[in-house]
Amino acid sequence: MFDFLNKYASLMHFYRLSRRLSQWLAPLTAVLMCAGVVGGLWFAPTDYQQGDSFRIIYIHVPSAWMSLFVYMSMAGAAVSILVWRVKVAEIALRCSAPLGASFTFLALVTGSIWGKPMWGTWWVWDARLTSELILLFLYLGIMALQNAIEDRRVAARAAAVLTLIGVVNIPIIHYSVEWWSTLHQGPTVSKFDRPSIHLHMLIPLLLMSVGFTTFYISALMVRMRTEILRYDRKTNWVREIVTTHHGSPSSV
Amino acid sequence: MSPQALVCAVLRREFRRTARNQSEAGHPLIFFVLAVMLFPFALGPDTALLSVVAPGVIWVAALLAASFSVEGLFRSDFADGSLELMALSGAPLALVGLAKALAHWLVAGVPVLLLTLPLAVGLGLDPGVLAILMASLALGSGCMSLLGTSISALTVGLRGSGMLVALLILPLYIPLLIFGASATANAALGLSAAAELYFLAGLLVLALTLTPWATATALRIRLS
Repeated sequence: MFDFLNKYASLMHFYRLSRRLSQWLAPLTAVLMCAGVVGGLWFAPTDYQQGDSFRIIYIHVPSAWMSLFVYMSMAGAAVSILVWRVKVAEIALRCSAPLGASFTFLALVTGSIWGKPMWGTWWVWDARLTSELILLFLYLGIMALQNAIEDRRVAARAAAVLTLIGVVNIPIIHYSVEWWSTLHQGPTVSKFDRPSIHLHMLIPLLLMSVGFTTFYISALMVRMRTEILRYDRKTNWVREIVTTHHGSPSSV
Repeated sequence: MSPQALVCAVLRREFRRTARNQSEAGHPLIFFVLAVMLFPFALGPDTALLSVVAPGVIWVAALLAASFSVEGLFRSDFADGSLELMALSGAPLALVGLAKALAHWLVAGVPVLLLTLPLAVGLGLDPGVLAILMASLALGSGCMSLLGTSISALTVGLRGSGMLVALLILPLYIPLLIFGASATANAALGLSAAAELYFLAGLLVLALTLTPWATATALRIRLS
């Protein structure tokens, strides 16, 4: 019964649910991000130490936060794949990996751009930067494995195993890297441990963080809908959708 | 079949396979020596400098060699169907994975350890540091074999799996490299390397308990 539901019903229902969800999420993301950008660039006061260049925080911190958030949601998807074989989770895992890699890349690039005026260098082998870089390679590995296996269901389960291996490894990597860079005590200009952050700086940051999260979910929904259409391309409901949209079922 | 008999059977099979196809087992070892040998050419023959970088160079070369040698661990078993027979036989696949990892360590890990001795002497490494390097490599290569077996099971039978295994596995090896390298760095400074060695031993225990299950799951997925 559960298998039957899982196999025939859930993808179609999820498709419809995700369309409705997108109708709300996309405008919400736009509003949050606009408010965050305006608040961050105009209303937030200039930092007394870092000047205006601190404003990159409004991209950098949300993307760094998302790089971990996406991995953790992928781990959740991986568990549901391996334990319950949830098809939607398979698709979510597949579609999340490139998004997570992009957020990680964005966090690295903005961090590097921020580091140049602040630390005087594009890159330091600081613990946080290095673990973020390793995280990028974990994402790339998951994507590579998914692309190497042709059967998408097998690929999803293999990627789920790899994701969970990564989850066990992330804390080990994080702490070993932290220990490594403190052992080698390079020219650490260190992190930005301001005791507190001005409220006018904080509010746009929170808006951007929520905005990035809703952006991730709505981008994920779009990707997942495309993938669902691919998965179920031989079923009638997809045929109907495509016929009403394009008039020719053969184009799928 | 009792667990011991199963492990022994897998080990015997692996040894026989290695003995009949020596070149496949030998190539990663030759690669290991070659990779280490390139560094004196790159950095100059100055032993003072070489003895400083030697532990790191040997560690990196050992990681690369392991990522290559682990790749073929399941290949022929997958191709000729014996892996499927093992899965169908009702034998616990986790135990098969553990035995495979043990076999890989004996066939590929131990020779790397033995080759480290002449290489380290050639690079002018201090005997005290060499002892710590050997200890860290012994613990680390066990982890490499265990983790590598899981990744190898995950990618078995894929086209171009050699590069893929290296790509997937090297980020996971970074903690080993960090602890191994810092153990030898401490030894070179005359400090105690016990903490790092304990960490490596802890990672080995963790890998010993978790990776056989990952290997079994991966094999089941690849055989489905």
